[in-house]
Amino acid sequence: MAVEPYQEELAGTCVDAGGSAIGMPQLCGDWVGNQVFWLIITLVVIYFILARVALPRIASVLAERQGTITNDIAAAEDLKSKAQDAEAAYDKALADARTEAHAIAQRARDDIKADLDVEKAHADAEISAKAAESQKAIDAIRASALENVEIVAKDTAAAIVAALGMSADEAKINAAVDRQLKG
Amino acid sequence: MATETHGAEHATEGTGLVFHPMDQFIVKPLFGHGDVGLFTITNVTLWLFLAIVAIVLLMVVGTSRRAIVPSRSQSVAELAYGFVYKMVEDVTGKDGLKYFPYIMTLFMFIVFANFLGLIPMSFTTTSHFAVTVPLALAVFIGVTVLGFVKNGPGFLGLFWVSSAPLALRPILAIIEVISYFVRPMSHSIRLAGNVMAGHAVIKVFAGFAALAAVSPISILAITAMYGLEVLVAFIQAYVFTILTCVYLKDALHPSH
Repeated sequence: MAVEPYQEELAGTCVDAGGSAIGMPQLCGDWVGNQVFWLIITLVVIYFILARVALPRIASVLAERQGTITNDIAAAEDLKSKAQDAEAAYDKALADARTEAHAIAQRARDDIKADLDVEKAHADAEISAKAAESQKAIDAIRASALENVEIVAKDTAAAIVAALGMSADEAKINAAVDRQLKG
Repeated sequence: MATETHGAEHATEGTGLVFHPMDQFIVKPLFGHGDVGLFTITNVTLWLFLAIVAIVLLMVVGTSRRAIVPSRSQSVAELAYGFVYKMVEDVTGKDGLKYFPYIMTLFMFIVFANFLGLIPMSFTTTSHFAVTVPLALAVFIGVTVLGFVKNGPGFLGLFWVSSAPLALRPILAIIEVISYFVRPMSHSIRLAGNVMAGHAVIKVFAGFAALAAVSPISILAITAMYGLEVLVAFIQAYVFTILTCVYLKDALHPSH
């Protein structure tokens, strides 16, 4: 049976003429040296890549991240306490402002009251002055009225006496009127 | 002659289903058709190299920005770092962290070799005992040497179970010694066996897909197996790594 040339070359203790494995290729002694040789090279290369480059790099990244997280937490704690301080200060300022506002309002009220009192007293005084003045005027008017009544009465009495055709002394008439008025 | 060959191939295909589930594990030269020598560049070389490239892409290029708020690739790289770092710390304690780069190398290599092997038509380097046995032996020899260097003859206390009754101790010591020397075997065969078995099963199902009647079932089965293999690819890398940590812990603290 003729076979293709490359298969002839491939054929050995582990591979048959058709290019198929004879038994388990794992147990083929011919290949062990080659596999072990390349395996050792591979492992050494991987070891150096990992130990020299990859692992230190990852370790530093992880450490850096841990540091960043710790720092951030500390910073957050700091900011939180600052915010609390600010809140306390705000509250205090608010309370102060409120008391001050109260004080100002009170003062304003007091001022207004004092002004009012002064004005009131002033007004009272003016009113009483005016009232006294008026009283005086009324008294004067009353006095003058009484006087007028006397004069009118005297004149009227003189006129009546004259009308009755009698003559009378003015002084007598006046005395008689005064008497009547007083009576 | 050419037609003769063609006819012969037709004849073998005509006989029925052809299964070559193990062909995917054949090591062949990448260039030319010569023998596989020690330094020949083979498909093994290619896929080992691709594992390096993938690791560089994730762990070096992916983290190149060193961002405080990580990008997606940097997140994955940090996740891998944290995963293995925590594993080493939890299992071996603080003094085991010195060996973290070695364990990280093992984990990254195995996990990437496994996942690259899941690409269709790829070659799975970790399916070969020739790859996993050196890995396991490196761990075994390294840990044993480290145990003696760190603890001197006291390292032999690992085999002398002081909490057991005196009469039982020699027997237990023999069992402990045997189990100690079985470690590299189980360590390596577990990884290669799992990966190889999964890949071979997928290939067998793929062979069945040639039959029109069962091909839907076969394709479903391939899909399911592939899902399982994705899990296995990660879990076996994890198991290999955590066992390495356990062995390292024994070397650092041999007393039970």
